[in-house]
Amino acid sequence: MNELLTKSALELADLLAAGEITSVELTQACLDRIHALNPRINAFLFIDDDGALATARDIDARRATGETLPRLAGIPIAIKDNMVSRGKPTTCASKILQGWLPPYDATVVAKLNAAGMPIIGKTNMDEFAMGSSTEHSAFGPTLNPWDTERIPGGSGGGSAAAVGAFMVPLALGSDTGGSIRQPGAVTGTVGVKPTYGAVSRYGLIAMASSLDQIGPVSRTVADAAALQEVIGGYDPLDSTSLGEPVPAFEQIVAEAAGRPLEGVKVGVVKQLQGEGYQQGVLSSFNNAVEVLKGLGAEVVEVSCPSFEYALGAYYLIMPAEVSSNLARFDGMRYGIRVEPTEGPVTAETVMAATRGAGFGDEVKRRIILGTFVLSAGFYDAYYGSAQKVRTLVQRDFTAAFEQCDVLVSPTAPTTAFTFGDKIDDPMAMYLNDVATIPANLAGVPALSLPSGLAREDGLPVGFQILAPAHGDATMYRIAGALEAGLGEPIANTCPAATWEETL
Amino acid sequence: MSSFSVDEVARLAGLARIALTPGEVERLAGELGVIAEAVAKVSEVATPDVPATSHPIPLTNVMREDVVVPTLDRDEVLASAPAYEGGKFLVPQILGEE
Repeated sequence: MNELLTKSALELADLLAAGEITSVELTQACLDRIHALNPRINAFLFIDDDGALATARDIDARRATGETLPRLAGIPIAIKDNMVSRGKPTTCASKILQGWLPPYDATVVAKLNAAGMPIIGKTNMDEFAMGSSTEHSAFGPTLNPWDTERIPGGSGGGSAAAVGAFMVPLALGSDTGGSIRQPGAVTGTVGVKPTYGAVSRYGLIAMASSLDQIGPVSRTVADAAALQEVIGGYDPLDSTSLGEPVPAFEQIVAEAAGRPLEGVKVGVVKQLQGEGYQQGVLSSFNNAVEVLKGLGAEVVEVSCPSFEYALGAYYLIMPAEVSSNLARFDGMRYGIRVEPTEGPVTAETVMAATRGAGFGDEVKRRIILGTFVLSAGFYDAYYGSAQKVRTLVQRDFTAAFEQCDVLVSPTAPTTAFTFGDKIDDPMAMYLNDVATIPANLAGVPALSLPSGLAREDGLPVGFQILAPAHGDATMYRIAGALEAGLGEPIANTCPAATWEETL
Repeated sequence: MSSFSVDEVARLAGLARIALTPGEVERLAGELGVIAEAVAKVSEVATPDVPATSHPIPLTNVMREDVVVPTLDRDEVLASAPAYEGGKFLVPQILGEE
């Protein structure tokens, strides 16, 4: 492997700024590795050699004239296949959008273009971001670079695997119930769900609009911080966008590394550990908590009793929003159109035939569940109750943050499970999101960073840090200090580092 | 409701405009029953005194001046449609024969 590919995005940015490497050289190295390894792990659904190299050449030419460029100019990035980019295939890993070329750019894509970052391709995911393993992709699962018998997490398994396997230093994901953080946990990478509204959702193909949030995927906390500075900020095209200035996250992380955490109060969430959590996950988590103590943080246990109901509330609110949002895929304006093989051919029968043929099992399951929970006679008992639980979860967070600066938990209850383990049992699959869902219900920022390897299987464990809404800077500061305290990032020890590209 | 009949799933699939095979309907009936039972726990704590939350972050409505801004290119939009004609989406007939 080209040694450039093991470097962090910020190290590469420094090399580019110093003129020691070119963006074309770096982008080509990423493309070479992607072409060589993608047949093996299926992290990418679309690889954009021409587009990425054109951006890289442009940046190199502008740098040569002495122009001052944005911090991450020339650094290649991958984006999850549910963010639209003009004229480039965008499928949400669904057959229903095969062949569609979006007529506009998502705001995050426009921001990456303005920052001069070559977009190297679109990453695999569970269909329409529904799943925790990428096994629900219509184009086959992504394989975990730590162990190709195992899932890379989901729904953003493609982005996490691409970054974990050194195909690209940075990626974007989207997180509705943990789809950035859980893949980060099981691939030994960093994944961040910013405060709801901190990054524009314009051009993110909606799954559950009150929960969806775009965020960074990287191998270091500082890289994620720098990327959030690029993609964050107010967007008039997103009515839920926050009108707040973007803090200097990269600098906050740089200043936190190696500094003590005196005066910082960390709450361990009682409800997010114990039964159902793998032993090696808990020991790695406890070890990281000791590191925080060693840095001078005060650690207390906090109780968030409503979190026990969060998973149930999520699996009512999310399908309800899914059933509305996915009504737009009707075979009329974009994507495929399928006519019924018998009976009359009307708009209605064409819609049903298109959706029956175009959607996979999990998408159908959630749309029908959502249709049920919103239907007359059941609305109050299900959807109404779930929205009340959402209030209770928010109250628990408010009470906890009155005592603590941040809360912590394992990101996922287990390390990466093997393919097929949970595919026939939807509830078992959903339980993998138990620790990540509360943050989406309350809109608070949350980050997963690797805390180590589980003793029993040698696989990465994710450590989750949650901060109050609008407190992304606090989350990054604690994460930066913890990462430095833990020592060498475990992403560097991923077995994919030794994979040769000539396979 | 902790179990779904095959008829109920077929009715919901009709409302959601998804054509399902009889096998899919049968499988979904079982799966949805398990899921609905698991999530029904929320009603235990959703007492009348708790207000509902529909959105995580408090927001106020956003207003802007009514000015012309760039829009999507019509031909580019239509080029990715399943069928189009004369600058418009071409769709199947809306009403059935009967």
